Amino acid sequence: MRIHCPCCGPRGVAEFSYGGDGTVRRPDLSVTDTDAHVAYVFERENPRGRHVELWHHIGGCRHWLLVTRDTLTHEITRVEMAGRFAGEAARMPGAGA
Amino acid sequence: MSGYRLPQGGSHLDRSRPLAFRFDGEPMQGFAGDTLASALLASGRVLVGRSFKYHRPRGVMGAGPEEANALVELRDGARQEPNTRATMTELYGGLEAASQNRWPSLSFDMMAVNDLLSPLFSAGFYYKTFMGTGQATWHFCERFIRKAAGLGRATHLADPDRYEKTNAFCDVLVVGAGPAGLMAARAATAAGLRVILADENARAGGRLFEDGVHLDGLAPAEWIDGALREIEAGGGRILPRTSVYGYFDGNVLGAVERVADHKRKPAPFEPRQRHWTIHARHVVLATGAIERPLVFSGNDAPGVMLASAGLAHATRYGVAVGASVVVFANNDGGARTAIQLADLGVSIKAVVDPRREIDPALAAALGARGIRLETGAVVAATRGRKALAGIDIRGFDPISGALGANVMQPGCDALLVSGGWTPSVHLASQAGSAPVFDAALQSFVPGAAREAWTAAGACAGTLDLAGCLAAGLEAGRTAANACGKTAENRDISLPALSGQLAGAELPFPLFDVPATGGAKRFVDFQHDVTADDVDLANREGFRSVEHLKRYTTLGMAADQGKTSNVNAIALMARARGLTAPQVGTTRFRMPWTAVTIGALAGRETGHHFAPVRRTPLHDWHVAKGAEMMTAGLWMRPRAYIGPGETLRDAYIREATAVRQRVGIVDVSTLGKIDVQGPDAGEFLNRLYTGGFAKLPVGKARYGVMLREDGIMFDDGTAWRLAPNRFLVTTTTANAGAVLAHMEHYLEVVWPELRVHVTSVTDRFAGMAVAGPQARKVLQAALGEGDVSTEACPHMGIVRGRIAGAPVMIARLSFSGELAYEVYCDWPAGLAVWETLIEAGKPNGIMPYGMEALGTLRIEKGHITGAEMDGRTTLADVGLGGMASRKKPYVGSTMTQRPAFVDPERPVLVGLVSRDGQAIRAGSHLTLPGGGASLGHVTAVTWSPALGANIALAFLSRGRDRHGEVLEAAFPLKDERVAVTVADPCFYDPDGSRMHV
Ligand SMILES: [Zn+2]
Repeated sequence: MRIHCPCCGPRGVAEFSYGGDGTVRRPDLSVTDTDAHVAYVFERENPRGRHVELWHHIGGCRHWLLVTRDTLTHEITRVEMAGRFAGEAARMPGAGA
Repeated sequence: MSGYRLPQGGSHLDRSRPLAFRFDGEPMQGFAGDTLASALLASGRVLVGRSFKYHRPRGVMGAGPEEANALVELRDGARQEPNTRATMTELYGGLEAASQNRWPSLSFDMMAVNDLLSPLFSAGFYYKTFMGTGQATWHFCERFIRKAAGLGRATHLADPDRYEKTNAFCDVLVVGAGPAGLMAARAATAAGLRVILADENARAGGRLFEDGVHLDGLAPAEWIDGALREIEAGGGRILPRTSVYGYFDGNVLGAVERVADHKRKPAPFEPRQRHWTIHARHVVLATGAIERPLVFSGNDAPGVMLASAGLAHATRYGVAVGASVVVFANNDGGARTAIQLADLGVSIKAVVDPRREIDPALAAALGARGIRLETGAVVAATRGRKALAGIDIRGFDPISGALGANVMQPGCDALLVSGGWTPSVHLASQAGSAPVFDAALQSFVPGAAREAWTAAGACAGTLDLAGCLAAGLEAGRTAANACGKTAENRDISLPALSGQLAGAELPFPLFDVPATGGAKRFVDFQHDVTADDVDLANREGFRSVEHLKRYTTLGMAADQGKTSNVNAIALMARARGLTAPQVGTTRFRMPWTAVTIGALAGRETGHHFAPVRRTPLHDWHVAKGAEMMTAGLWMRPRAYIGPGETLRDAYIREATAVRQRVGIVDVSTLGKIDVQGPDAGEFLNRLYTGGFAKLPVGKARYGVMLREDGIMFDDGTAWRLAPNRFLVTTTTANAGAVLAHMEHYLEVVWPELRVHVTSVTDRFAGMAVAGPQARKVLQAALGEGDVSTEACPHMGIVRGRIAGAPVMIARLSFSGELAYEVYCDWPAGLAVWETLIEAGKPNGIMPYGMEALGTLRIEKGHITGAEMDGRTTLADVGLGGMASRKKPYVGSTMTQRPAFVDPERPVLVGLVSRDGQAIRAGSHLTLPGGGASLGHVTAVTWSPALGANIALAFLSRGRDRHGEVLEAAFPLKDERVAVTVADPCFYDPDGSRMHV
């Protein structure tokens, strides 16, 4: 399995560490409702098919990536920068690789 | 009489180089180019092993990776390797092999009694016999069953050989160097692509050697060598003896090259095997096909063999597998094999075919050679137990499938069987392509590709040679196009074929012959699964192929159903009244053939298993007699053991020195993270349970981080070096995890925070000076700087110089004594350390290690990873006061969940042994006399300060139990120690010693 890191180009999976479901959003710090936090920490869909996951390029640029991966075929259809650098994939050095 | 060496022939054989070897201690002889199997057959050896479950006598049944019977223990001593296929083992001088799964000898095997008890060992035997009888029954029977079932024994000695791992990148990987693979590799090379051609055999060519043809007027060996030269000249890489065993996501394939397995032992510095991780833009699967056995009574007798194997042994190794041979086939390949063998000088008695007629040209050719042809007939049974003695030929009605009258009962010592061909779809199936059933082939072929591959030749169901060559060429062009090259610039043409025999390739749909005489009909030879087992699985409801496989063990393990898969599916389909495609097939799993652990590990063994991290003081520690221990990847001193001292003496001496005078410890391994940015304070405020936003510059603070679920994650200190800059320390073990944690929040969760984090763990060496004399020593060592109480109060930070190097000092204490952590540049570490030691000599300074550090922290009830074990909260360890109520932080809301505030929850306590006996870590706490566990012990030590054996533990309602007497039980050693529950802070509970 290889992930095309927008920063580093296509790299082997051994350089990455899985960071869990990329679709969940942490409740704002001001939210003190336990249920909202329980949902964030524990409640997950288990989709058969396309899924957005977080991967950390821990042996590379150390950026966090949002990887769209099919849980059935393992096909990766999209990789983008998560959070802080969202939308900047095209400007990343690995964009053309 | 059985097998023997033919007077001439053998494309792989070098008759000028005889090789001596031994099988079960018996001296034998073969030639260079032989496999162990061909050499055994040539020596007249029939019986080579005992079967897995029933210990039935077995002989060679194949000539390649499909071999399910002739599994041997190869070599001896540390190089002994079990379950080695004799058909894939190249003969070398001095080879030692032994038969498996027999006692006391192969010929007289006591365990063959299993065969008589076989009703007990039918499918699902384990489940039925042991389910509900309880553990005791299983434990009693297990050792007998484990002795009776199974195959070879692995050695317990360390592997003396080296293994390598490498990566390769290519445009086109061609798997299999048979006719299709060679043509594909030629075409792709000619298109200017980087090609890797891998084949698991020593010699390329696949079944070209058995086709009895000439190509462009050349004998197969010459044509193959020409093709290989052409591919190499075009820049292609050829990997012989290389089994591509796994097809992984993203067109990454795993392969094992048997670099030196064909030698007695590897040459100096030569690896025994090399693991290849191959990254290919496109893959051509030219993996060929494996002939199917037919299922009939006694079809496992030694001497019953695949027809293709009988032919391969004659063409490649010049071996007649028997003196009197019968062929039993449901396709024209049987007659062709008989004709070819007869022409090579093998005595063929008869061809038995269930069909009413075969290709007339073949029938005539058989007649011309005096070979009897029995059509409309089958082999219904075999005679002979340790060697085939004869067969029963019966009439057969191809419409009803019923057996007819006895035809004849000839004697013979070899029976060659063909039930058609099964394409080797394993790699395509591993790559997520569900195999589809081909009714003409009566087998599965690869389904639609999900990865970038093209199947060609027999693997794709093309069985005739001309078709395989053409399909290979086409696949090579397809691969070239997929890589953006057009292949017509230097075209490759197909070779002209001559000398082919007539006849169709497709089989008549016969898989099994009705049982006669009660003899077993085997489907999976390697796992002793019979046709009756398949029926039984159906009757008991294990009907899906996945259930069938697990219930009967069919197609499992090293064999992966190479010869059994299709027959089993056909039998299950008939039992269920379905078609084979309705039953379907299991998804094949890697590996195609067994992979040694050594090849996967490569050079990452022993010292190279993991990198070793050393602090700049490492050599000093070792020179001073430190016993070193690992802490994650780091090496740390456990204790500095003096002459005549035990480890216990040493750590007691060291801990006492810290309490009474002064000690120094290397803390360079602590994780250090530089946290910078305008929002650095706010960021740490959100991660730590305590407040950090208002920490003044020049002060440090102890902090604990929680996970999002409210469980403790890590602890350490944060030093505010400037308004926008903190130095954060973590535990040694969690340095990487805390950095990743911070990066996650900064990049994903709170991208608005203007903060950057950098690991500076090995930027700074660290040492802690601790003890009543610590200030005196430190001040004496400082060339520049002031650590007086006024300049450096508790938790204060000052800068200075030691040995000319800039240092940063924080007054922090883990031991409970007056203590300072001194950080300097990594390369200056040794000079600073030695200066501190020198300055401390008048005060009797003593270096201390991890054992003393542990003793000191247990005396103070300070927590480490043993207490932060992923199950405990701040309140559990008595640090509830560190949970800020003024601000939210990671995990804050979750700590209020009911289980976390349950008053029964185990909390941190101290324990004191009542009778001087040491407490064992991991003990459980019970009421005196026993009972349910009330908690467990996390850390233990002899406390020199208290003169007692003490421990830290988690105990239910622990804070209400101080003073209570309990037992610390360790049932594995049958130990019970009476303990008194105490406050976890045993020593100096008001902290007066560090506030001086
Ligand atoms: Zn990257």
